[in-house]
Amino acid sequence: MTTFLLIVAAGLLLGAFLCLFRIGRGPTAPDRTVAIDILGTLVVGFCCVMALLTGQDFYMNIAIAWALLSFIGTIALAKYLEGRQYDE
Amino acid sequence: MNELAAQILIAVGLAFDLFGCIGLVRLPDVYNRVQAATKCVTLGTCLILGGTALYAVTGAMSIKALLCAVFVLLTSPVAAHAIARGAYKSGVRLWEGSVLDRYGEEVHPAGPPAERTERAGHPEETVAAARETRQ
Repeated sequence: MTTFLLIVAAGLLLGAFLCLFRIGRGPTAPDRTVAIDILGTLVVGFCCVMALLTGQDFYMNIAIAWALLSFIGTIALAKYLEGRQYDE
Repeated sequence: MNELAAQILIAVGLAFDLFGCIGLVRLPDVYNRVQAATKCVTLGTCLILGGTALYAVTGAMSIKALLCAVFVLLTSPVAAHAIARGAYKSGVRLWEGSVLDRYGEEVHPAGPPAERTERAGHPEETVAAARETRQ
């Protein structure tokens, strides 16, 4: 089970690097916002894997808090994008 | 038995997560990216959370994982919808290969305004074009 969980963690890290590529490359602000949202969801999955690896259940608290804060941050960024034009 | 089921759930979830991230990198515009990445990553993370709940060492961890899965399932589509709407309102164009824009027909029945005629991904060009249109 430990080897399996380490492989899963490596896969999630690979996905996180793909998200980071999109955050860096852009090209528009909404692209970066999507990538940040997806990265937050991946971190929730990663917290689960860490909880199983270590057997500590506070990682699940981190996962819940992370999901909540990621959602609020994404909604705030989306509202900001909605009220803003490129020529303003 | 529980462990095997949990491993299968987590492996399938990881596969969905990776497909979503590949879609995020490979697809051409923000609307394609948002739909591919959100759907795949939501399902993938929910499967990983379900696998965790199945395998959990203590009862509390299992309940927290299920709670988190419900929360991700509820909030992720809302966030994606808000981003897509914000992107459209801030003037990001569809990909040139797109064939239909129902939302645009509804918002601008007479065709898109001049500011929206540039390609997505080049905000500076869009600003320049908007200035030229005004002069």
